[in-house]
Amino acid sequence: MKPVNQKAWFLVLPVLLLVAISAVIPLMTVVNYSVQDTFGNNQFFWAGTSWYEKVLHSERFWNALLRDLMFSAIILAIEIPLGVIVALAMPRKGWGVAVCLVLMALPLLIPWNVVGTIWQVFSREDIGLLGGALKGMGVDYNAVQDPVDAWVTLIVMDVWHWTSLVTLLAYAGLVSIPDAYYQAARIDGASGWSVFRFIQLPKMARVLTIAVLLRFMDSFMIFAEPFVVTGGGPGNTTTFMSIDLENLRASNELGQGAAMSLIYFLIILLFSWIFYAVMTREDAPRPDKAPDKTGGAP
Amino acid sequence: MARIDLANVRHAYGRNPQADSDYALRHVNQAFENGGAYALLGPSGCGKTSVLNIISGLVQPSQGRVRFDGEDVTDLSTEKRNIAQVFQFPVIYDSMTVRENLAFPLRNRGVKRAEANRRVDEVLEMIGLKSRADRKARGLTADDKQKISLGRGLVRSDVNAILFDEPLTVIDPQMKWELRAQLKELHRRFGYTMIYVTHDQTEALTFADSVVVMYEGQIVQVGSPEDLFERPSHTFVGHFIGSPGMNVIPTTLDGAHVRVGEYVAPLPGLPRLRGEPKLEIGVRPEYVRMGAEGIPVQITQVEDLGRIRIVRAVAEGHVIAAVLREGDEIPADPHITIDPKGLNLYADSWRVDFSGDRK
Repeated sequence: MKPVNQKAWFLVLPVLLLVAISAVIPLMTVVNYSVQDTFGNNQFFWAGTSWYEKVLHSERFWNALLRDLMFSAIILAIEIPLGVIVALAMPRKGWGVAVCLVLMALPLLIPWNVVGTIWQVFSREDIGLLGGALKGMGVDYNAVQDPVDAWVTLIVMDVWHWTSLVTLLAYAGLVSIPDAYYQAARIDGASGWSVFRFIQLPKMARVLTIAVLLRFMDSFMIFAEPFVVTGGGPGNTTTFMSIDLENLRASNELGQGAAMSLIYFLIILLFSWIFYAVMTREDAPRPDKAPDKTGGAP
Repeated sequence: MARIDLANVRHAYGRNPQADSDYALRHVNQAFENGGAYALLGPSGCGKTSVLNIISGLVQPSQGRVRFDGEDVTDLSTEKRNIAQVFQFPVIYDSMTVRENLAFPLRNRGVKRAEANRRVDEVLEMIGLKSRADRKARGLTADDKQKISLGRGLVRSDVNAILFDEPLTVIDPQMKWELRAQLKELHRRFGYTMIYVTHDQTEALTFADSVVVMYEGQIVQVGSPEDLFERPSHTFVGHFIGSPGMNVIPTTLDGAHVRVGEYVAPLPGLPRLRGEPKLEIGVRPEYVRMGAEGIPVQITQVEDLGRIRIVRAVAEGHVIAAVLREGDEIPADPHITIDPKGLNLYADSWRVDFSGDRK
C-alpha cells in the first residue's frame, strides 16, 4: 500500500480562490438577485422563479435574442470566409509577412468603445467622412434613424474590427502546413481548388473552430459598439440582449436583470458547447483504432 | 517506367551564384537506368534531395537538362512528368478515407471511375491496406500513412519513376525493416525505377543495386555496395561507408611500394601520377591485421561487439581502427600489417586506379 497523502489538495487552493473570486462569487450574487425582489432599503423578498417566467414570457427578450442570433450569423458568414481569403492572399515569406501581420493586428489593438466612437463620428452625415461622402453621392444614409443603415453600419464596423482575428488564426494554420503537402499535391496533379479543399481547409479546421467560437461569443455579447453608435435604436432595432440588460440595470430592475443575465449566460454556454461538439466531432477517438504515434509532421 | 538522365545539371538556390560553393549541386551527370533500384547516399546538405526534386520537377535546375527516355522534360511541370514521390513525413489528405486518398491522383487526371477503382484495389492489395480501405486516413499509424503516400504514386500505371526522400525517418525501427523489404519486393515484382535518398548507409546498401554517393554537391562514386566497400573512389566514401570507416594514413611512394614510417607495402603496379599530389593510403579496418610484426602501435581502446572486436590504436601518430575476428589475439607488443587485397592509394583524396589488375 502506498501511503495516501491528501495534502496535495492545497496546491490547487490558489486556483480555487481565484476562480471563486473572479467567477463563482459574482455569479452566485447574480443568482441571488434573480430569485428575490426588493423595494429598496436593502430589504429582499423571496420571489422564486417569477423573474425567470417574466423574462421568458416577454416579447422584448425574444426579440433581443433573435437580433443577437441574426447579428452573429451575419458576421460569421462574412468574417470567416473573408478572413480565410485574406489569409490565403497574404505572403508566406519575405518582408511582406511582417508588414501584413502588423496591419492585420492594428484593428485588434483598438478598444471596443473607441471603435464605436470612431465609427459613430465616421458615419455622421454632418461631420463624418463616410456619412458625408455617402450623402454627397446622394445615398440616403443615416445610421441613427434608419434601421437598415444602423445594422449595416454595425456589421461593417464589426467586420472591420474583427476579420483580422480570423485572418491571423487562419494564417497561423496555413503556415503550419509543411511544404511536402504542396509538393505531394503537385505530384498528384491537384488543382488549386483541391489544394484548398483537401489540404489547406482541413489543416485550418482547428484554428477556424476557435475563430468561430471566439467570434460567436464576442458578437453574441456585442455591447459597446451599438451602445455608442446607435444606442440601441432607432426604436429598439439594434437593442441586443446586452443593451437590454443595460437598460434594465439603468432602471434598477435588479431581479429581472439578473434572471435575464443567467438565461443569457446559459444560452452562450449552450451555443458554445454545440459549436465545439459539432466542429470537433471528427476528432473524437474511435475505440477500434490504434493511437497515432507520430501525429504526422512536427 | 523510364530511363532518367541528368545532363550537366547545376543548381543554386541563391540568385547570383559565383563560386562553386554557391551551388547546392556543383555538377551532376548521371544516368538512372530503367527499372534500376538506386540509392542517393550522403550527409545532410550534400544535395541529394535537390537531385530528387530536380528529377521530379519540384525544383528547376539552374543549368543542365533532365531527360526521361531521351526526351527533354526540363521544362515540364511535375504533374506532366508523371513521377511518384514519397516524402520524409507522410503526406495524406486528412479528410479522405484510405481509398479516396489513393484515388485522388487518378481523379485529378480524369481517369474513369471503373478503371480508377480497379487500380485502387490493386494498390490496396500491394501495400497491404485492404482491410483499412474505408477508414479515414488520419487515424492510421505513421507507417500506414507512409504506405498511402507510396500508394498514391503506385496507382498511376504509367509512373516514370518512384522517388523516395528519406521515407523511413518517422517509422519505428522494427517497421523500417518490414517496409524496406516491401519496397524491395515491389521493385522485384513490378520493376519500377526507384531512387531512394537517405543518409543511412545500411538503408542505402540494403535497398539499392547501385548506390550513388554524394558529397558537397557532387557525385563522388556510383557503384554496387561491394564497390563502395572494397574500392571507395574518394576518401569521403571510405569514411562515410562502413563502420568504423576506412583508415586513411599519409604515405610516401617508393616505386611500386608505399611507405608508412618503417613499414613498406607493395602496390599492384606502378601508379601514374600527375604533379605532386597529397598521397594517402586507405585501408578498411577489416584488412588491418594485428601481429608481432609491422608498424608498432599503442592500443587506446577495444570495443567488444561479440563476434568481432574493434581495436583503436595509434600508429606513427595516426589513429587506426582494426577489426579482429573471434579468436584473434591481441599480442603483448602489438604491431599491424596491411592485407594487400585491401590497400587503396589516394592522390588528393581520389583513388588511384591501377587499371586492369584490380577491376
